Amino acid sequence: MSANQHSLLLDRGNLKRRNRFNKAVEITSTTAAVLAVVVLVIVVGSVFLKGVSALSWHFLTTPTALFGESGGGISNAIVGSAIMVAIAAVMAIPIGVLVAIYTTEFAPPSIAHPVRFVLDILNGVPTIITGIFVYGLIVVPQGHQSAFAASLALAIIMLPIVARTAQEVLTLVPGTLKEAAHALGIAQWRTTLRITIPTAAGGLITGSLLAVARVAGETAPLIFLSSIFGQGMLTAPGEALASIPIFIFRSSESPSSTAHTEAWAAALVLIAFVLALNIVARAFYARSRKRMGA
Amino acid sequence: MDVSKDTTESAAMTESSPDPQANPQTGSGFAGPSMAVAGSAGQGSVKRNRGEGTVELMGLNAYYGSTHAVRGVDLGFAADKVTAIIGPSGCGKSTMVRCINRMHEEIDGARAEGQVLLDGLDLYDSRIDIVAVRRAVGMVFQKPNPFPTMSVFDNAVSGLRLTGVSRGELDDRGREALVAAGLWEEVKDRLKAPGVGLSGGQQQRLCIARALAVEPEVLLMDEPCSALDPVATLKIEELIGELKQRVTIVIVTHNMQQAARVADTTVFMLDGELVEVGPTEKLFTTPDDDRTEQYVTGKFG
Amino acid sequence: MEAGALSNPVLRARRNLTDRIGDPLLRGLSGLAAALAVVVIAGIVYEVIHLAWPAIQQFGAGFVTTNDWNPVTKRFGAAPFLYGTVVTSFIALLFAAPISIAISIYLTELAPRRIMRPVATLIDMLAAIPTVILGLWGILVLGPFMRDTIEPALHSVLGFIPIFDGDPSAFGYLTAAVILTIMITPIITSVTREVFETVPDDLKEASYALGATRWEMVRQVVLPYSRSGMVGATILGLGRAIGEAIAVAQVIGGASLINASLFHTGGTLAAQIASQFQNSAGLQKASLAYLGVILLIFAVIVNVIARVIVQRGKIEDFQVTETEAAAL
Repeated sequence: MSANQHSLLLDRGNLKRRNRFNKAVEITSTTAAVLAVVVLVIVVGSVFLKGVSALSWHFLTTPTALFGESGGGISNAIVGSAIMVAIAAVMAIPIGVLVAIYTTEFAPPSIAHPVRFVLDILNGVPTIITGIFVYGLIVVPQGHQSAFAASLALAIIMLPIVARTAQEVLTLVPGTLKEAAHALGIAQWRTTLRITIPTAAGGLITGSLLAVARVAGETAPLIFLSSIFGQGMLTAPGEALASIPIFIFRSSESPSSTAHTEAWAAALVLIAFVLALNIVARAFYARSRKRMGA
Repeated sequence: MDVSKDTTESAAMTESSPDPQANPQTGSGFAGPSMAVAGSAGQGSVKRNRGEGTVELMGLNAYYGSTHAVRGVDLGFAADKVTAIIGPSGCGKSTMVRCINRMHEEIDGARAEGQVLLDGLDLYDSRIDIVAVRRAVGMVFQKPNPFPTMSVFDNAVSGLRLTGVSRGELDDRGREALVAAGLWEEVKDRLKAPGVGLSGGQQQRLCIARALAVEPEVLLMDEPCSALDPVATLKIEELIGELKQRVTIVIVTHNMQQAARVADTTVFMLDGELVEVGPTEKLFTTPDDDRTEQYVTGKFG
Repeated sequence: MEAGALSNPVLRARRNLTDRIGDPLLRGLSGLAAALAVVVIAGIVYEVIHLAWPAIQQFGAGFVTTNDWNPVTKRFGAAPFLYGTVVTSFIALLFAAPISIAISIYLTELAPRRIMRPVATLIDMLAAIPTVILGLWGILVLGPFMRDTIEPALHSVLGFIPIFDGDPSAFGYLTAAVILTIMITPIITSVTREVFETVPDDLKEASYALGATRWEMVRQVVLPYSRSGMVGATILGLGRAIGEAIAVAQVIGGASLINASLFHTGGTLAAQIASQFQNSAGLQKASLAYLGVILLIFAVIVNVIARVIVQRGKIEDFQVTETEAAAL
């Protein structure tokens, strides 16, 4: 056969250039993905390498030392963070799930749509602004900071996260299940509480865990809602409490290298908690999707 | 099933084709070089100016992971002819066709072995670029799939744009492709409208125009009418009759009547193996193999 | 009709007392919760404006263009922080958007499945790292690296451009922009990847079958199909970059004047609030709340635009095609 007859196959035309460009894009994309993973490894690696040396039983179980003294720990910050996040979760999770129930089970689209939109806007409000809001709402009238004020801010930050993920999983619950319940004459509220919610439980837990992970590291609103606290182990939500994010923030701005080491150690505790929560949340999500056949 | 009537109709539709039964095709013996037949009225007068467009499969095997989907197929497709491939679902007919333009290997874990010769040149040869293979061997899919973000015209020239054709030439060749696909009269006033706004049958002909625009030597059609209504199906079948003068056509179909209407040669496959090849009329009336007979008479599948 | 049905004793027996209370109760409670979300938004707007009111009265609209922040002379302006917010967010977006799209192309079109899943998860993990930790890393690791390596290199090659002139420093606009890039890249990637995954396989096959290289397929099919999703994701990332207070406060250095050099210390709206709100009073505190008002307006506008684009994109891609098909 003459080459002429194979012109389409052998005449490469602009193909060389096109293939070279394609290769360049492929290499660029792969590099970008590698870069992202490398950055993650460097950040988490730095936290781990620098934090692990200062991490000890003593560090975890001793309250922060007096200003200028070393040898303290973060037990008060761990407890304070736990209290604030727990109060926030108790407020935000039920309300968030209720909002989701309203938009998916009760509200007509003409109301559900705007509510969703408001949740998205709320999710986009910078957390420092939420802090200012709660400052004006609680700290100004009361005249002092409190862990409760911080919890309220964290709850407002959690609310749209919980509500939006809950909406997504509730819409995944098969309509046939609800119809079957209605056909049996079971009231709407029983159907919702006994059938819809349990079916979607895995997804609801996922959304809640992700929201908790998100606010556990939240720092901005705490700066002026719960940052002036007393010495030692405090637990009363009516007064300001220590927290891990504030501990890291303060230590990171200090010039002392001991403070830096302590900041890394606290960061290691926080990052381990947040990443573990994320992994657990993902596991729940995968299981729940499988259960609903989505 | 009244097969002979159907074949007569198809012969009437494709009156310009030479003797439809000229090619007993097993192995390598093809009829001589095809004659460049002028297109029928209104279809332009594109002649083959490159290779002939004969395709030969030699010892073709295709796999999905550990599944052996095509088993040692030897088969030839003559230029200027329509070859239909029939067989029950899962018999490997689509997979075999997708090996001809090397689309099979786009699927994760899929691979092919053996040779696919286009005018004697192996498409799996390391010197041949996969992109060039797709230019030489066009494809039309089961579901009409015009690009939703493009206008009718942009869809028609979407393949051409990749090859670096000049803007002036683009207009002519886009129009020419739409004419060849029998779509020009219907869309000439809305070339800028979205391609997905057309009816299903028009969308499929737009996809045919898109494939024809790059002037391939072979056109693969993977159940092109399975998503269309009978009227749209008829239009596509008429079009196939007209197009075989410009391209070698290989059509996969689950519809035996369709094979009988459009194909010069029909291939019957079963469980990844080639069972029988023959002139369409013979295969449907006096097949050599018992399994073919059982299938075409509706005893299984 | 309703009354007729309820007068039937069998039917009435099913609607017992708890059901008659339960239904409206759940409806009412959940409706109240939804109303609460709306009230919170309104409350935020009111409270921030309320706190800012003295500064709004004192400085009016001129606040936005005043390039000064001086607690001694009590002259406050937003210009330095607006500038810092715009510059750092813009640079972050300039890096993050193309990187995110490239990562998404890799994950959806290049990576084998067994690599794609773990890498996607790792990148989502990057999004979960608290920003205060990114800031800590910025102060102690990235800052010194910028000062000693990146900024001198930029200075020696591009120093003739004012933004790359000036002395390298660990803290400043550029360091903040890099931290923001690291922060928003996984957020944008996560959305773009999901959008890319919705591109139908038959369109990709159509493109390959026409003889497109992988990149040409992406340009011909994936990118146009995902356009609104990508723009929406990028704008959401922008919203996060604009609003980030802590990590930026940690690495931008806290200067209150506009400086042309990207190496120089500066401030952003959010970071300025984070670093001064606690220890301020009177007009300064009100001025910080005024910065908050500007930041809130920015954030709301950006989020509304993002939602509208994403929403319209969904309609364009999936619904208009059908209505148009019906119309033709």
